[in-house]
Amino acid sequence: MSTRTVLSQADITRALTRIAHEILESNRGPDGLVVLGVPTRGVVLADRLGASLSSISGVPVPVGAVDVTMYRDDLRRNPTRASQPTSLPAGGIDGATVVLVDDVLYSGRTVRAALDALSSLGRPRAVRLAVLVDRGHRELPIRADFVGKNLPTSTAERIFVRLAEVDGDELVAIEGGAGDDGRPAAAPETGGAPS
Amino acid sequence: MRHLLSTADLSRDDALRVLDVSEDMADVATRQVKKLPTLRGTTVVNLFYEDSTRTRISFEAAAKRLSADVINFAAKGSSVSKGESLKDTAQTLAAMGADGIVIRHPSSGAPRVLADSGWVEAGIVNAGDGTHEHPTQALLDAFTMRRRVHGAASRGRDLDGLEVMIVGDILHSRVARSNAWLLRTLGARVTVVAPPTLLPVDLSRLGVAVRYDLDDAIREVRPDVVMMLRIQQERMNEAFFPNAREYAGSWGLGAARFASLPPETIVMHPGPMNRGLEISDEAADSPRSTVRDQVANGVAVRMAVLYLTLAGDREDSL
Amino acid sequence: MTTTHLIRAAETVDGTRTDVLVRDGVVVELGPGLSSAGASVVDADGLLLLPGLVDLHTHLREPGGEGSETVLSGSRAAAAGGYTAVNAMANSSPVADTAGVVEQVQALGDRAGYVTVRPIGAVSQGLAGTHLSEIGAMARSRAAVRVFSDDGHCVSDPLLMRRALEYVKGFGGVLAQHAQEPRLTVGAQMNEGALSAELGLGGWPAVAEESIIARDVLLADHVGARLHVCHVSTAGSVEVIRWAKSRGIDVTAEVTPHHLLLTEELVASYDSRYKVNPPLRRQEDVDALRAALADGTVDIVATDHAPHTSEAKCCEWDAAANGMVGLESALSVVHRTMVDTGLLGWADVARVMSIAPAAIGQVAGHGRPLAVGEPAELTLYDRDVTRTFATEHLAGKSRNSPYLGLELPGRVQATFHHGYATVLDGEVVDAPTVARAAETVAARAVLAAGEPASADAEGATSR
Repeated sequence: MSTRTVLSQADITRALTRIAHEILESNRGPDGLVVLGVPTRGVVLADRLGASLSSISGVPVPVGAVDVTMYRDDLRRNPTRASQPTSLPAGGIDGATVVLVDDVLYSGRTVRAALDALSSLGRPRAVRLAVLVDRGHRELPIRADFVGKNLPTSTAERIFVRLAEVDGDELVAIEGGAGDDGRPAAAPETGGAPS
Repeated sequence: MRHLLSTADLSRDDALRVLDVSEDMADVATRQVKKLPTLRGTTVVNLFYEDSTRTRISFEAAAKRLSADVINFAAKGSSVSKGESLKDTAQTLAAMGADGIVIRHPSSGAPRVLADSGWVEAGIVNAGDGTHEHPTQALLDAFTMRRRVHGAASRGRDLDGLEVMIVGDILHSRVARSNAWLLRTLGARVTVVAPPTLLPVDLSRLGVAVRYDLDDAIREVRPDVVMMLRIQQERMNEAFFPNAREYAGSWGLGAARFASLPPETIVMHPGPMNRGLEISDEAADSPRSTVRDQVANGVAVRMAVLYLTLAGDREDSL
Repeated sequence: MTTTHLIRAAETVDGTRTDVLVRDGVVVELGPGLSSAGASVVDADGLLLLPGLVDLHTHLREPGGEGSETVLSGSRAAAAGGYTAVNAMANSSPVADTAGVVEQVQALGDRAGYVTVRPIGAVSQGLAGTHLSEIGAMARSRAAVRVFSDDGHCVSDPLLMRRALEYVKGFGGVLAQHAQEPRLTVGAQMNEGALSAELGLGGWPAVAEESIIARDVLLADHVGARLHVCHVSTAGSVEVIRWAKSRGIDVTAEVTPHHLLLTEELVASYDSRYKVNPPLRRQEDVDALRAALADGTVDIVATDHAPHTSEAKCCEWDAAANGMVGLESALSVVHRTMVDTGLLGWADVARVMSIAPAAIGQVAGHGRPLAVGEPAELTLYDRDVTRTFATEHLAGKSRNSPYLGLELPGRVQATFHHGYATVLDGEVVDAPTVARAAETVAARAVLAAGEPASADAEGATSR
């Protein structure tokens, strides 16, 4: 089983900084921005992104978390999962430009669930999606507005995202792929929940 | 968890999972849209063989907030009151597509018999069986205690070191039993206080301390929580104690006794209350009383229980 | 149906191997290497020969409860368990409190032919515990009742109990008491103790049994009457009986097979197969009962065979009926709990399951020694097999056995009643065959009674 690192710690940091700049450019500044991460690692990235946006723009950008467990479309297929906290910043999300943040975008189902969750939390003016890695294979018509790295993968491969606050070290790696025939195609992700 | 039949079966991890998910469910009540789509398309039946508007409404609210469809089956006036067996009722519900059955029954063990019988595939939630258990009551009581003690930092915390005193008709109380198991699992210490006639002859398997004198108990144990249980009028006819006045005098939380409690002690009651008998207005209406919190928390906890028993693939057994 | 059997190479309870030749209901020859001329041979090599077992406590449910058992089906269950005589409790519907009902039950048993059915008469009318029933009429009837019991209910009124003890004494009978103080067992569902507190089931305290036994042995002593205590279930009861016997009080006691093996822990599943009255108790009680059976404080094993329909058992605990079937499994359970543990030898088993019950219940013609001229009431038991007890081993109408799925030792291979086989090769013989054999025996008895030289021409009962 071969594992190769595709993003190092430095790569991750650069990608997030670039995304922060892209967001500010596309939004013409920080006004109305609310950054919400999808647990678990999306929240870590959201915190970092929010800090970055605040520091670049000089204006504090609110950060929160939106848990999607209760909105998933695959609940009946798996053992019950425990939920994670949803916390919105004090100003809420009505009329805001919400930037949803997750680590890996894959099938798009997690983001669909997040949009559902958002709709019962308020009415944003707009919702944008920022992800660290887009690995393709969308099953729903969902696309990311801001991408750290595009990583075309085969379904036989697995993506691992490790972030210091959660895992201790920092990297994005791919496991498997060409030369590893005969492995099951639909192996569940462990390094980052498929989006 | 496939069913929730008793708190005696819950491990510490299971119990904490229920309480933590309850935190998220409680959050839903603060949102604009107080509803989750999680159990959409699921049918939950409230199978209540005993009158209980409060608990039934609580489960109904919980199920509806998860977008489940709710059917209320009250035994009075139905085929059950004409002698339909538990087996036939259960199979009728299964044939109507019940995914979850919330059952309150006067026979201890009836939910266990139903769960083990093979008559239904549905998840069974025990809403009170005879004098045996009332697990969701204990869970909402523990949730309430945890929130009062740890506040916003409750998630993941247990009740380690908490001194809890349960006062009243322990012998006939499923609330007392469920609380005894759960509180000990969560690290609390439980003392029960009652006249000897209202205590089981041998409490050794419940792991609680036993006292007869409430004033001595308060003074020596210095409880963090005092939970008053409802005294039923029928007990006076069966020679458990002479009359209401004597019961209230010795085991009721009257104004003076309430004042003797440590200043931070919270007062709990599963409801409905007999004001003036086991609990006074002073105690029931003070800021240290959690009675209304318990009701509100009941919906969140029952949402968590319904989610955990009905949402997943239901392969795991409890 | 053949009337001549040669049982070959059976082992008696004292360890000797012998052949037994049975003809026309009687043991006609004993010894090794008997001739098999004209006899149907039963190969008993390796099998234990016991006197036909006698149950002092069976519920045959007929009349009135035929949904769960009849005299015929209960007799078949008894034969399957190695029994040749059963005493049928009086809590039928109508209650066996008149000569008419007891004579009917006996007649049904004789016609079925599997076992001698000795009806027990109720102590009080309708089992209501207020007025004595027609004890004299039942004693003088064709059923010749000698055991009287309100089993299912306790004769709790002390004055009525005193009167009943005295009155039954006048007919040479014995009163068998179901010891349960009703005021202490209102709403009782299981043994009262730590487990009942945990399970939220109403408690049946040991003192409710012990206090009645204590009162009754003192009453029996005072009026000079015999007392028999049904289904003793607690260590405390054993202590009381031991004390009473040490004082010379004429009391006998029985224990059920289930109280020798099972404890209240089984109730935690709320499976009503384990619901019985008196309830399953603690391991200490089981141990005390085994020791008591071994030392004679408890005289006999009696099954309290209590069949119930599936509707009566397949429900929540509170609503379920009390009782377990036990005729078919009794010998195996005693084998496992008393013989395999070294507490009883097989001669003791013969005593507690045949000889002593026949004596206490005055069941003539059963529990007799193995000797030429004695009635051929015999059981052949294979000690060396083990079986997982299953519904196929039940021969009555009901299935409420607590032993289903348990490994039990031994198996009855053959049972002989009045010299004909009711069980052969481990299978219960079909009802028409047994009924015909019973007719032949009855005809023979009528002939014998009609002969001028007959000594008991008047109302000869069980032969």
